[in-house]
Amino acid sequence: MTRVFVPRDAAALAMGAEAVAKALAEHADVVRTGSRGLFWLEPMIEVETPEGRIAYGPVEAADVPGLLADGLLTGTARRLRLGVPEQIPFLARQTRLTFARCGIVDPLSLGDYRAHGGFEGLEKARAMGPAAIVETVLASGLRGRGGAGFPTGIKWKTVAEAKGDRKYIVCNADEGDSGTYADRMMMEGDPFSLVEGMIIAGLAVGATKGYVYTRSEYPHAIDTFDKALDIARRAGLLGGDFDIEQRSGAGAYVCGEETSLLESLEGKRGQVRAKPPLPAHKGLFGQPTVINNLVTLTSLPCILRDGAEHYQALGMGRSRGTMPIQLAGNLKYAGLFEAGFGVTLGELVNDIGGGTRSGRPIRAVQVGGPLGAYFPPALFDTPFDYEAFAARDGLIGHGGVVVFDDTVDMAHQARFAMEFCAAESCGKCTPCRIGSVRGLETVDKILAERDVDANLELLRDLCHTMKFGSLCALGGFIPYPVLSAMNFFPEDFRQATRLAAA
Amino acid sequence: MADRESWNEDRARGVIAAVAVKEGAALPILHALQHVFGCVPLQAEPLVASALNITRAEVHGIVTFYHEFRRSPPGRHVLRLCRAEACQAVGADAVGAHLRSALAIDWHETSRDGAMTLEPVFCLGLCATGPSALLDGDPIGRLDAARVDRMLESLT
Ligand SMILES: Cc1cc2nc3c(=O)[nH]c(=O)nc-3n(C[C@H](O)[C@H](O)[C@H](O)COP(=O)(O)O)c2cc1C
Ligand code: SF4
Ligand code: FES
Repeated sequence: MTRVFVPRDAAALAMGAEAVAKALAEHADVVRTGSRGLFWLEPMIEVETPEGRIAYGPVEAADVPGLLADGLLTGTARRLRLGVPEQIPFLARQTRLTFARCGIVDPLSLGDYRAHGGFEGLEKARAMGPAAIVETVLASGLRGRGGAGFPTGIKWKTVAEAKGDRKYIVCNADEGDSGTYADRMMMEGDPFSLVEGMIIAGLAVGATKGYVYTRSEYPHAIDTFDKALDIARRAGLLGGDFDIEQRSGAGAYVCGEETSLLESLEGKRGQVRAKPPLPAHKGLFGQPTVINNLVTLTSLPCILRDGAEHYQALGMGRSRGTMPIQLAGNLKYAGLFEAGFGVTLGELVNDIGGGTRSGRPIRAVQVGGPLGAYFPPALFDTPFDYEAFAARDGLIGHGGVVVFDDTVDMAHQARFAMEFCAAESCGKCTPCRIGSVRGLETVDKILAERDVDANLELLRDLCHTMKFGSLCALGGFIPYPVLSAMNFFPEDFRQATRLAAA
Repeated sequence: MADRESWNEDRARGVIAAVAVKEGAALPILHALQHVFGCVPLQAEPLVASALNITRAEVHGIVTFYHEFRRSPPGRHVLRLCRAEACQAVGADAVGAHLRSALAIDWHETSRDGAMTLEPVFCLGLCATGPSALLDGDPIGRLDAARVDRMLESLT
């Protein structure tokens, strides 16, 4: 029977992929995959033909009988036909390194993984030895993809040199930022990449145990990754001198912060630890620990396989390699766009993302999750680069780009930022714990038109105190969305102009 | 939703013992309890405390720190609706308001007929196809008032 690839990615399921797979089951050999990340086309299915795969989408279960009658299985049906997936402009413009296999392979087939270049990086890593692995990662210029952009090679060198009874590799798959889904897609679409990346990290620093901390909001990712661990263990890839265990979070945003995550893994409240000591010296259970984001770890196999040079050649400034940018919110073409650093925000949301889904003008874009600033179109020339965003009081974080049209109320967004911080604060320090509650009350007074000038001034003061007095970046960065809303959209904080705009 | 068991101390002890051997076992234990009973009731705290050799107050502190652990069993279905920014940008606030009025409940509450518990979440990683939710663990995208009404009608 003809093979037809149908994604099992959670977002494809949200759009009805399960019913499509069922409708095809009797007529084709259905292979479940991850998603290519073109979410406006999901469920996007691919038919294997002698000329290669032909994509169709968005396909509903009700479309299937008609498509079959018109020649779906030979790739000749015309309706919903997208052609060769790699030639769809959104994919053709990308440089897929980390996400090269996602949406193509059967996520739980080691044979598929190997056939698509899997484990070649690990073989090279084994041959070169720990010191050379660390050198390669340093030379690649790879920086952590979890948000802070810290050079991965330097972190590893510290752990490699640290003394401890045992060492740990911890994968941060807490992915709490709104607008981000790269970790989830990878766990559901190419989980062996994470297994390979963590084994490489373990070799480099001499660790014997790995933990993956996955947020509980990702039941499908947790399920697929557990299955992948089982398969890897049975194949002898894990369990000997290095094993991996998955743990799931419990709905606390702050547990994405590395020290809070370690506390949570140890079975405690997820309260942030003061640094030093660094996790590299005293991390999980007091032992030297590498903690890296999932995308950082899954970038390693191709860096080791193709060499540091190849990776380092992509990007701009001090941001080297590729970033899987996640386009989200009110966009016509929302999806995963992996490209070298340097593409501008305007290109991302207008050319690539196609403007808003609602058809209205874009008013604001929040990059980097709930701690990221809101940028107005005047800043659309900002290139996707750690330093360029920081220079404009923004951050790229984990690469989420959330687009809002002109119906957005920016005072409401500022209020949400404070509300979120108040709900998610770990409670360890006063500026964040108390400041966010005061901030929320103050925005409410502004919205109720009480002493607007004085309260705007107070809100700025509060932001200043939180920025400089907070222990971690939750309290320290929540002022950025608030201040950017006040600075770029001041009219939304005055009742007269709010009403005029509405 | 899946067959949820009502509270039983012996059963709880068994559930706890099966995971207590892990390093840092607190979260795995609480997840296992919630999986079986639909919540982590107060009665479970002393059992967890003795299994982990910590005080009951510490257990209480852990359970209440994490938003996910419920203290009482939910309704027959659980809808976890995303309230985060990418879903806000495509109308999640309106969907949330519609749901609360249709079910006549607020967040974290259960409808009077016991059919549905409504819980807010902050991002499900389904941010390109929002507004998003998980209904008994199954993802749903592009929610609007009409889809919500159809979904509520089909529930038992
Ligand atoms: C409030 C807060 C939440 C965070 N959430 C995440 C997260 O969900 N995923 C992540 O990888 N890093 C997150 N981070 C960053 C981590 O603390 C840490 O920098 C990262 O795991 C290091 O890995 P990397 O160097 O590979 O990026 C968060 C930080 C803060 C302050
Ligand atoms: S800033 Fe907030 S989240 Fe971070 S340590 Fe302080 S109280 Fe905890
Ligand atoms: S913001 Fe709603 S799913 Fe991510």
